[in-house]
Amino acid sequence: MARTLINLPKTAEPGAVVTIKTLLSHPMETGFRPGPDGRILPRNIVTAFVCRFEGEEIFRAELFPASAANPYLTFTWTATRSGRFSFTWQGDNGFDQTETAAITVG
Amino acid sequence: MPHPAPAVFAALLLAASAAGAGEIAPADRRSGFDQMGAETRAIQRDDTANPGMLAVADGAELWARPPAAGAPACADCHGADGTGLRGVAARYPAWDARSDRPIDLQDRIRQCRRDRQGAVPPAYESPDLLALTAFVALQSRGEPIRPPADPRLDRGRAEGRALFAGRMGQLGLSCAICHDDNWGRRLGAAAIPQGHPTGYPLYRLEWQGLGSLQRRLRNCMTGMRAEPFAYGSPEFVALELYLAARAAPLPVETPAVRP
Repeated sequence: MARTLINLPKTAEPGAVVTIKTLLSHPMETGFRPGPDGRILPRNIVTAFVCRFEGEEIFRAELFPASAANPYLTFTWTATRSGRFSFTWQGDNGFDQTETAAITVG
Repeated sequence: MPHPAPAVFAALLLAASAAGAGEIAPADRRSGFDQMGAETRAIQRDDTANPGMLAVADGAELWARPPAAGAPACADCHGADGTGLRGVAARYPAWDARSDRPIDLQDRIRQCRRDRQGAVPPAYESPDLLALTAFVALQSRGEPIRPPADPRLDRGRAEGRALFAGRMGQLGLSCAICHDDNWGRRLGAAAIPQGHPTGYPLYRLEWQGLGSLQRRLRNCMTGMRAEPFAYGSPEFVALELYLAARAAPLPVETPAVRP
């Protein structure tokens, strides 16, 4: 399991714009770099990130080999009701990780 | 009185620049943080954006977990949250009576792992050692660097100062030529900082990861075309001793972010 840091407020007023910040520990190996033995290191990147609120997709990102290690993604969401977010990162070598966080609105 | 020959002038000028700007007065000391771009500063300021905090979280986990069955965890002696170690990183390297030499924070952690926790000491630059060191150093964030006034450290400090000021490598450069005499100017596209070790282990964007002060010093030595000292060598501890005295009283920034 890769380490993640997810930051969002625990509570929000209805209609407020909430900033959600996510950070994932991942090497994002590009697949273009030679290793110490001169051979190309196999690509190992995160290719997709999805954030869902109560099952509904609210943010999606595609990632490519030029992304830095430990990808940091931040986006906003307009508070409507209380519920749970799920954050899913998928990538090479079957990388698939989901974390959740809750928010109380009102 | 006859005029001195031009060669004598040249020699005088060289001597003046070598003795040069000299050491930076405490009031003029600046962290490399101040010379970074606004975006990089923003990454360091925000703990939820600073990738160094991923390693700190790893370190907190290692802190609480016994390294082997029946062995004490760091938390068993030093307290669960690590706040008991506030200020420790600000005074290292310090004298170690057991090994009768100065040691830095990484070596202290490796020694504790080996002698008191019955574990294999984590290798230099290993994720575990960097994570534990970052977790311990984070406890001192904001504390001014204050090297201990221990006369046993004077010799190491003097050695470190000599290493800092001495020319080395194929380019004949010294640390002091850049970081005492030319800080604030540019070397190619890169700003030259004063070179204070305020935020180690730090996340360097060029590395795409966390690294120790010794890794940074090895980088600089390679750039000077000098043969880098080995990890954990007495030369590095001596340099760290001098650098800590040279940086005081700047605050600890661990985990810092640098370009």
